[in-house]
Amino acid sequence: MKNGDSAILNHPARLTGAEILWATLEGEGVREVFGYPGGAILPAYDALRKFPIRHILVRHEQSAVHMADAYARASGRVGVAVGTSGPGATNMVTGLATAKMDSSPIVVITGQVSSKVLGTDAFQEVDITGITLPVTKHNYLVTRAEDLAPALREAFCIAASGRPGPVLVDVTKDAQQAVAEFDFAAAAPRPARPHPMLNASPERIAQAVELLRASRRPVILAGNGILKSGAMSQVRALAERAQIPVACTLLGLGSFPASHELNLGMMGMHGEFFVNQSIQQADLLIACGMRFDDRVTGSLATYAPQAKKIHIDIDPSEIDKNVHADIALIGDLAAVLDALLPRLPSRDGSAWLKAIRAMKGAESVRDIRNMPDNGHLYAAHVMHDLWHATSGQALISTDVGQHQMWEAQYYKHETPRSLITSGGLGTMGFALPAAIGAKIACPEKEVWAIAGDGGFQMTSPELATIAQEHLDINIAIINNGYLGMVRQWQEAFYDKNYQSTPILSPDFVKLAEAYGIRAAAVRTRGEVSGAVEEARTHQGPFLINFLVEQEDSVYPMVPSGAALHEMIRRPQANPLVETASDT
Amino acid sequence: MQHTFVAYVEDKPGVLTRVASLFRRLNINIVSLTVGRSERQGASRMTIVSDALPAAGPRIMASLYKLENVIEVDDVGRFSSVSRELALIKVAATPSTRSHLFELVEVFRARVVDLATESMMIEITGTESKIEGLLQVLNESEDRVLEICRTGQMVMRRGHHTSRVLQALGDTESVVGSKAGPFPASESGPQEELSASADGEPENIPADPDFPDKNYR
Repeated sequence: MKNGDSAILNHPARLTGAEILWATLEGEGVREVFGYPGGAILPAYDALRKFPIRHILVRHEQSAVHMADAYARASGRVGVAVGTSGPGATNMVTGLATAKMDSSPIVVITGQVSSKVLGTDAFQEVDITGITLPVTKHNYLVTRAEDLAPALREAFCIAASGRPGPVLVDVTKDAQQAVAEFDFAAAAPRPARPHPMLNASPERIAQAVELLRASRRPVILAGNGILKSGAMSQVRALAERAQIPVACTLLGLGSFPASHELNLGMMGMHGEFFVNQSIQQADLLIACGMRFDDRVTGSLATYAPQAKKIHIDIDPSEIDKNVHADIALIGDLAAVLDALLPRLPSRDGSAWLKAIRAMKGAESVRDIRNMPDNGHLYAAHVMHDLWHATSGQALISTDVGQHQMWEAQYYKHETPRSLITSGGLGTMGFALPAAIGAKIACPEKEVWAIAGDGGFQMTSPELATIAQEHLDINIAIINNGYLGMVRQWQEAFYDKNYQSTPILSPDFVKLAEAYGIRAAAVRTRGEVSGAVEEARTHQGPFLINFLVEQEDSVYPMVPSGAALHEMIRRPQANPLVETASDT
Repeated sequence: MQHTFVAYVEDKPGVLTRVASLFRRLNINIVSLTVGRSERQGASRMTIVSDALPAAGPRIMASLYKLENVIEVDDVGRFSSVSRELALIKVAATPSTRSHLFELVEVFRARVVDLATESMMIEITGTESKIEGLLQVLNESEDRVLEICRTGQMVMRRGHHTSRVLQALGDTESVVGSKAGPFPASESGPQEELSASADGEPENIPADPDFPDKNYR
């Protein structure tokens, strides 16, 4: 049972529940867990030293779950977080909901009071399986040591299969202390039956091909499901062979190379005008692993009115939820496209691509280039220059809000899993712990956390985790002194009544230094590249406090509930992102 | 409109909460819910009647399948089926007012299961409308209804319709996206036809050694 000795996985043995817990994780290939100890999980922590598993001590359990989430998103493996009962468990709820909304495979293990006192309001007791029922894919309450290995193995299987998602396993203290027979192989979950609603039959695929053949203005909508299914090459083959332009959702960024000539970029509320216009004018939408979120469609009544829709998704409950699918292909995206690609008709898409280029040409000149660089520091400058300095190769995590949209607009992601952001739930405080999880998963990658001054303060104690674990993570705070996106909505829709959005922050440079982390402040565009270079070359973590224009807004913008083509455009006075020399 | 589902679920603690929570989450009212043991070891059978938009059926079914403890779901409202509900009705009745209640019980093919000095208890089994009919008559007469206890509907499709029977009959469609390969389609058309033609003709359904099965994932 010493480090590296996997004998217990091959030979049944009598172990304590605590040992079974770690042995099962080891057997599932877990090498790192994110967690925080406490009374009800103490037996498990006591046994941890016997197993070759690295424990990253966090500063708040919410962060542990975000780290496991980002670990999963960066690596494609299941992420694991551990916490204690009661407040430890309730702190994890936001992390679970974040992972659920973005279909991230994680297993969260919580300690629970002894089974003898369950339901008695014992110290630090909370009904966490009840609380997390709507925000997990599944959850378990384990009260016996012998049930632990089967529950955990099933949890890993459920988390990673089908549409991935978070699974919580709540383990009572007495289950950790009791002794039971451990047989890793015998605890394997029974293979899953195919979902009875899968329907991508040859007939349906033929119908989809027929729609494609008849289409003159098709657009592929590339979503998170491409990354989950690993269907990057299939989607690319579909786009290239049939000459179909690709628009990405926020979580789909990176699933199709940004520099590819068929890539339009991000769609939706803060997508470029020509992208949304292409969707509105399309006669066929091929939705690949995306769910027609309200941030993507705008008003449903006016969404892509001329377009037939082919909806490919593994989750049948997404079909016809928001947008009616003329052809629904329910199944694993890569498998469905593998079946569809050989039947793909050759088509000439040049007229439609030319029409889109014409729309884009006019837009990009007016929206991006035609405005003066007045020396002020704008967030868009920061994103653009960061993209430039890192050659678009960094792994970026973002929070939610203005900086998240600017990042999505100006940092062009070429590779899958290079953007980790809280899309569905929109969780402030996600970026910093996500960067930690991503760095643990991919130590060889350059990782940047980008957060606003508001969101950063929600999880900033994790700076201590970075210091304690000696993680080489760079942090960019887009500091405008406001809760920026809320302020922008107050400006646009609430008469500039900036109620409770001006936010005081500490001196982030001094804060970082208090944790022993190097830091710098940047006030002008001229200083951006120097500071980014210093951060990149410095061995160890580095924080940059970008003091940007305070009342800048993200454009273009579809007001909530408006039609996708009715966007608020960039005002003429808005700063440029690319100077003539940049492009 | 009313949607009626039959769901086989694992017989474990908390499963009812998961099913009920799903309808709560979708903001759909459950009209009635009956649960009991089934012919399958370790599986309970639920009949769920809910009130939702006509188009909501497939999404409710898909959402039920997302629950790990749900084994099989059938949208039985779309098919020819038998529906039954049982009700116990306690009515105030004195010796002088009993006789017409006995007549009523006769007409409705109900039964008197308890008789006390000032009340009697009627047991009635039938479709929802039959029970509603008796209650309406009781309420419109002089009789005072003291208590009503209803089981909610239990529904069973006529004939055979399980996927295994369809498979045995060769009504399969190869479907991609499933590692386990071809399996029966869940389309309604052929099943309905089969259901009608097979009505009243029992067939040998091969026993499924895998049952109760793990949930679909």
